[in-house]
Amino acid sequence: MADQELDASGLNCPLPILRAKKTLNGMESGKVLHIIATDPGSVKDFEAFCKQTGNVLTESKEEGGKFHFLITKS
Amino acid sequence: MEEKKLAIIATKGTLDWGYPPFILASTAAALGYETEIFFTFYGLQLLKKDLKLEVSPLGNPGMPMPMGMDKWFPVLGTALPGMQAVMTSMMKKKMASKGVASLEELRELSQEADVKLIACQMTVDLFEMDTSEFIDGVEYAGAARFFEFAGESDICLYI
Repeated sequence: MADQELDASGLNCPLPILRAKKTLNGMESGKVLHIIATDPGSVKDFEAFCKQTGNVLTESKEEGGKFHFLITKS
Repeated sequence: MEEKKLAIIATKGTLDWGYPPFILASTAAALGYETEIFFTFYGLQLLKKDLKLEVSPLGNPGMPMPMGMDKWFPVLGTALPGMQAVMTSMMKKKMASKGVASLEELRELSQEADVKLIACQMTVDLFEMDTSEFIDGVEYAGAARFFEFAGESDICLYI
């Protein structure tokens, strides 16, 4: 489903957001980025990040102790 | 949508207080804010190429101490020679084990994201600091330069 994957496991605030932003910068509009994180704070942070940047958070779920986010670049 | 602006004044030069300016600045930049940090007094330590920042347990009752040390260690014990170095090294290890970025990394990410770093010229003169010890890309200016940007900012923080 995703066009690109970013594993931010083990990283703490604000690194998952910063890495995601950097990866999104190199992607074309409409492409989907799959982010994997272990920081529980990242759930609210990616919601807020997308709200403020216009990118679309299409999925946010916890699976096997990790958090997965799908973000469609605006 | 017009770009939002964040202005920060960084005044402290310890390992713990060095984090908030760079965490907030780099995150704001990622959110699309135009961001500037004005470094003054002890905050200028955060601009050195070789960061030798420490954290002190002295006079800091809010600092969590490992192994319940705060329970049995007398307050005066935190003033013992070497305590600061011990606490600094413990803090750095803890941060690394929790995946917290190093200050150098956050500072680099901030610069990459076009966060402007401004050093207070007056402090540089006052403490006779050697600007060759500072990282590249720093602008040297005074209070008026800060207000030029801060006056139009949406968020302004003094740290």
